[in-house]
Amino acid sequence: KPQHLALNPFGQIPVIQDGDFTLFESRAIAKYLAKKYMGQGTDLLGSTLTERALVEQWCEVEGQSFRGPAFSIIEQILLAPILGDSRDEEAVKISVEKVGKVLDVYEERLSKSKYLAGDFFSLADLQHLPYTHYLVNACGKGDLISSRKHVKEWWEDISSRPAWKKVAEKMKFK
Amino acid sequence: MAAIKVHGYHASTATVMVLCCLNEKEVEYELVLVDLPTGAHKKPEYLALNPFGVVPTIQDGDLTLYESRAIIRYLAKKFQGQGTDLLGSTLSEEALVYQWCEVEGQSFNPPALSIVSQILVVPMRGGSTDEAAVEMNVEKLEKVLDIYEERLSKSKYLAGDFFSLADLQHLPCTHYLVNACGKGDLISSRKHVNAWWEDISSRPTWKKVAENMKFG
Repeated sequence: KPQHLALNPFGQIPVIQDGDFTLFESRAIAKYLAKKYMGQGTDLLGSTLTERALVEQWCEVEGQSFRGPAFSIIEQILLAPILGDSRDEEAVKISVEKVGKVLDVYEERLSKSKYLAGDFFSLADLQHLPYTHYLVNACGKGDLISSRKHVKEWWEDISSRPAWKKVAEKMKFK
Repeated sequence: MAAIKVHGYHASTATVMVLCCLNEKEVEYELVLVDLPTGAHKKPEYLALNPFGVVPTIQDGDLTLYESRAIIRYLAKKFQGQGTDLLGSTLSEEALVYQWCEVEGQSFNPPALSIVSQILVVPMRGGSTDEAAVEMNVEKLEKVLDIYEERLSKSKYLAGDFFSLADLQHLPCTHYLVNACGKGDLISSRKHVNAWWEDISSRPTWKKVAENMKFG
């Protein structure tokens, strides 16, 4: 509707307003907040230029390789029934395979590194919370995570952060 | 100081994005060919650098880094103070750069790359273009470009009145759409998008890279 399009012409959420400043695209917002509030709360960008680069790399992996197929699964299993559509099982199967391949790379990475960008929690890990939450808790695809030892440990760690749990408990569609 | 190594392919949109950024920042580099047509990117040698088997990957001293949009952000920061400023001048400007970088990565690139893939790449591999897929993606791209038209009627470049990574990210795919896929009307039919495209694609740092964008 016009009200929201005035804030975000792409008609998507979220949008933030910080004083006079309006910003959309969740990953850009997360980066802005991480930078603006550097020095308080959790460090989310690593400590050096190199660490920051690896954070950006794994953020891009999430945005370019993980998100697409993860969302397709959620779309078919969770959203289609709400919209009165039927589930496309073939699409789910293809997307589950794609997510599996990406998670195989994560498994190798996380066998050498506690978190994605290094031994520190960062935006890269945070970006995975929302979609993975739905895959595991609402789509019956928890085995994608639990069948991979290091991915499983990583998921249990990051999804138990109080900052996340506060948000997750409200994730229900009305 | 050793030159930065870019493992990539001269016609790959993601590779040329990084090469253009290196030119903008006036940084020396060495392009190490990863021959996509022969599947070099899926061989163990390359997978050791980038386990996702996609180009480009850079090596800068001890740092190995992949994902073109992450690489250009790293370069823009590391070499802040030389060459072109690509991140704006304030925290807010930088945030707007990232916003429009995300728009490119999430809304522009998927349909644009699908069109380029169907028209240019699929036939090269012996397949035939899926015209319905092209049409569907052209429709999606039209909607995105309508929003760009509105934005660029108020702002010289995407993030503000300064050239930035956000504009740079659009160069490779749009180059193919306009020059190799016959979809130039997507750009030329929109007054401000057209002016913006003519401006950014005429940058010498881009032209140097664009002239090598041929497959084979």
